Parts: sequence; C-alpha cells; structure tokens
Amino acid sequence: MVTGTRAAVGIASRGSIGRDRRRALFWSYFFLAVFVIFFLTPPVYMLITSLKTSAEISAATSPWWVFSPTLANYVELLTSSTYLTFFRNSALVALLVVAITMLISIPAAFALSRMRFWGSATLATGVFLTYLIPDTLLFIPLFKIFAFVREATGIELLDRWWLLVIVYPTLTIPFCTWIMIGYFSSIPKELDEAALIDGAGYFQLLTRIFLPVALPGVIAATIFAFTVSWAQFLYPMAFTTSADQLVLPVGIVTTLIKGDVFNWGQIMTGALLGALPPLVIYAFLMDYYIAGLTAGATKG
Amino acid sequence: MRSTTEARAQASPPVRRRAARLPAFASRKSTIALGMTLPLILIIGVLVLYPAGYAFYLALLSKSMDRFVGLANFDFLFRRETFWMVVKQSVIFAVSAVLFKALIGFLVAHCVHNVPARGQRKWRGMLLVPWVIPPAMSTLAWLWLFDPSYSAFNWLIQHAGGEGVPWLGDPYWARFAVILVNVWVGAPFFMIMYLAALKSVPEQLYEAAAIDGANWWQKLWYVTLPMMRNIIAITALFSLIVTFANFDIVRVLTNGGPVDQTHVFATWAFKLGIEGNDIPLGACVSLFMVPILAIAAIFILRDINRRGTEA
Repeated sequence: MVTGTRAAVGIASRGSIGRDRRRALFWSYFFLAVFVIFFLTPPVYMLITSLKTSAEISAATSPWWVFSPTLANYVELLTSSTYLTFFRNSALVALLVVAITMLISIPAAFALSRMRFWGSATLATGVFLTYLIPDTLLFIPLFKIFAFVREATGIELLDRWWLLVIVYPTLTIPFCTWIMIGYFSSIPKELDEAALIDGAGYFQLLTRIFLPVALPGVIAATIFAFTVSWAQFLYPMAFTTSADQLVLPVGIVTTLIKGDVFNWGQIMTGALLGALPPLVIYAFLMDYYIAGLTAGATKG
Repeated sequence: MRSTTEARAQASPPVRRRAARLPAFASRKSTIALGMTLPLILIIGVLVLYPAGYAFYLALLSKSMDRFVGLANFDFLFRRETFWMVVKQSVIFAVSAVLFKALIGFLVAHCVHNVPARGQRKWRGMLLVPWVIPPAMSTLAWLWLFDPSYSAFNWLIQHAGGEGVPWLGDPYWARFAVILVNVWVGAPFFMIMYLAALKSVPEQLYEAAAIDGANWWQKLWYVTLPMMRNIIAITALFSLIVTFANFDIVRVLTNGGPVDQTHVFATWAFKLGIEGNDIPLGACVSLFMVPILAIAAIFILRDINRRGTEA
C-alpha cells in the first residue's frame, strides 16, 4: 500500500523532480570542482616547484608550469645526511610512539569497557577530557620540568630525539583509548561470557577474542597515533635544537630556511617527501583513516 | 546489565579454581583491571595533569623563577597593548576560522552526498587531502604561494590585470592569510564528519517531507539540520578548541608578524616563554586558553553523559 502510493507520487511529478535533480547535480559538481581546486592547489604547487631548478624558480616564466623538469632536488635531499637524519628520527619516534600507545591504550580500553570497577566510568570520561588539553598549554611547564630533571639528576632530556617518544604518547593515548573503548563496547557480551565459561582468563579474552574482533578499531587507532606523531610540530620545536636531533617538520622549517636565503625547490621537495608517509597510508587505508576520524564523535 | 553480571558470576568458578593458587589479591578482577589501566593513569598524571597544574604555579613566579610574585605577571600583561591585541586576534582567528570551516564543510558534504554513490569515494578521497598532510609542511607550500616577490597567486592576479597583494606584509592581509590556511586545513575534517552524519539521516524522513510538498530549503531546515544538530555542535566545539590552541600554522606562515599583529596565544607564549626565556610570563599567556577550553569541555561532557544515559 505504502509503496503503491509512493510510486504514484513519483510518476505524477517525475518531470519536475528530474529537472530539480539535474540542477542539484550540476551545482554539486560545480562546487566540488571549485573546492577540489582550492584544496589541492598547495600540494600540486609543491610538486610543481619541487621539479624546478633554482634558476627556473626565479625566472619570470609562469610559476604554474614546469618547463624543464628535473629530479635534482630529490636526489640532493635523499643523499643529504641531514635530511636523512630528520627522516630517521621522525620514523623512529613515530614507530615507537605507535607501539607504546597500543601497549598502553588497548589493555586500558579493555579494562574500562569490560571490567567495571570502582571509578571506571569516571576514568573513561576523564581520559577523554585530557584529550582536550592542548599541547600549547603544556609545552612551557614540560620544558621547565625537563630542565629541572637535568639539574636534579644530571640526565639530559632536552635536545634528545627520544624525549619525544616519552612526550608524544600523551597526545595519542587519550584518543586511542577512547576509540578502542567504543569498539570494545560494541562487541556482544555473549562472546566474553562464552570464553569465560570455556575457562579463558582476561588476557586470553583480550588477545584471542577482543583484538581480532576489534581489528578495524586497532588499525584506525594505529593510523591515528602514527599521523599525530608524524605531524607534531610544537614539542620538537620547543624541546630539540641540534640538527641531528630534529624530526622532519622542524628540521625542514629550521634548517632548509637559512637566514633570508630560501631555496624553495628544496623546501618544497622536503615538505612533499615529509608529507608522503601519511599520504601513502591514507591512500591505501582510507576507510580505516576515516573510521578513526569519525569514531571520536559518533562512537562511545 | 544485571543479567550479564549474574551470568559472569555463574561462569567464574572454573577460572577461580585455577587462580586459587595465586594470592587472592593478585587474582581479583579489580586488581587486574587496575594493573591494566595503571600505565594510562601514570602517563596522564605525570605528563598531562601535573604539568597543567604546574603551569598555574609557574605563572606566579618572577622571571628568574626564584621569587613568588603573585599576580604581578598578569598585571604586567594587562598593561601591555600587545596582550590585548593577541586576545583580540586569537578570538577573531578562532571564531571566523571555525565558522568558515563549518560552512564550507557543510556545503561540500552536501555536494558529495548529492552525487551518485559510485563517484563519492573519489571526491571524498581528494577532498580530505589537506587534512592528511602535516600542517607544518602544507603551510610551507602556502608560505611559498604567498611569497612577496614570487607569489604564484600574484602572478595570476597580475596576468588577469589586477595588482599584486602583499599577502603576509600587510597586517590585514596577513590575518586573512592565517585564517585562510587554517580553514583550508580544517574544512575537510568538518566535511567528513558532516558526511557521516548526513548518511545517518533515514531516507524515509526525506520521502515523507517530499510527500508533504517540502522544497529543498524546508528539507534542509526541518529534516537535515535537526538530525545533524549534535554532530554539528560537537565538531564545532572540537574545532574551536584546536583552532584556539593553534600553533604550527601561525608559526610557520607569519611567526606573529608583521609586528606581532597575527600572534595567537600559543605562538606568543612560545615567543615569550621559550625564545624570550621568560617561562612564567609564557605560562601566564598560555593559561588564557583555559577558560575557552573549560567551557567547551563542559558542553562536551554534557553530551557524553547524555549519550551515556541513552545507551
């Protein structure tokens, strides 16, 4: 009955709906094209500039086209030990932070979502709230604390790349724990009851059942932790200064820009290569990437 | 809930028997749970909550940090014109950037939602790119696009017969530039959130509205917006926090210039505290981000609690 009515309405007004629909489609494509151009101009311009020689960059020709493309900038950067050091530091920091984040946030999320104990609900909310405390509020007291540690114990923390491995988890753990709580909570309780009846302990319950079932969540959280550590700019800016201790974003900004001499071809190449790991992850794991982004607000 | 606890209580004897050899304390459920959450509690306590509290203490010290000066740092700030300029710029920056991000995100999400389903993935993939590139790197591209002598935008403008714009040299254009770059980075995030929300609106509601003769504007106003209200509010609050606390874009693009006109709280605090070696004053400046964070946190908390009771 209902479908019958709907079909009748559809037939009666098909002409006008079709015209409206076509107009809506036209404007949708129009705005999409405009915003794709707006959104992709900077990365495309990075690529264009990275393929130019210094002479062509300062020439009066069109900045939007490469007349004599060259890979010289790429060769130069990828053979420069300074740039490779930045890259190595960034990669080490990001991988270690991902490992630490997962080791801490997965058990915590499991305990908070399944083993209800005194204060567990408050703790879960509290974890999420700490995600709202920005790095820009913490870098000054942290700087002072690290300087104090040096005075008190003689352990030098400032200007060491591995300090970032200690600090970055504060940026990744709250959010990763939060989204893992969301994924774990969506697993039906019958599963753990069955496992417990079969004599599994909590550790087995986590590794044999929860991790495999919530694997998409684990992947989303891993991607989140990696991209956050790869992109973090303020902490390395504040805590590291020596060229061999810098990570990519800070390294490019501080060392490739020497005084007033801007070697734009190299800067753009460095920035593009630095943006590549997150872009590659995004290209191959887009759905997980987006799941991680939207999980914070739609789950839990 | 109760039935599951009972079921678990019935299920526990075999586990308990095996664990009986261990000390009772170590095998209690709450002890295991505490052990699993302890690293989380420690790291957040030591590296987030303690520094946050310490910032308040630091703000009360003298520049050399050997003397307690009470509110003298705040008094000093309030007398400085630059401080009020930073307050004004932070508010303008955050509010206008979030507004434009929300509008553009909403528009683009609608457009993606409108086109045939098989093309949506491709469009979405291209439109999220600004969010994926680390902001410090993409801001370098903008810096180069805004270059005073080789600006590619000015080249286009001049070839169209216009006059070049001093993108980062003039205070008003520089303010426009930092907001533009922030909108560029953040709008895709709004797009993806709104798109997820749009997909969750039941199609029947639109069909019912169409039968009642609603036009597209009425559908948007009476169906889409009320259904998305929660997501819109949460995304805007999140973005407000992040934008208010922004550091990298302003730092790389203008570093506060020309003459401190584009500083926001974070970049000015960095300049005073780390580069200027006046840690207490820097801490003082960064503390001015707390009120807006607190307000946003209260709203977000309310939303979480409400969702908790619905579930």
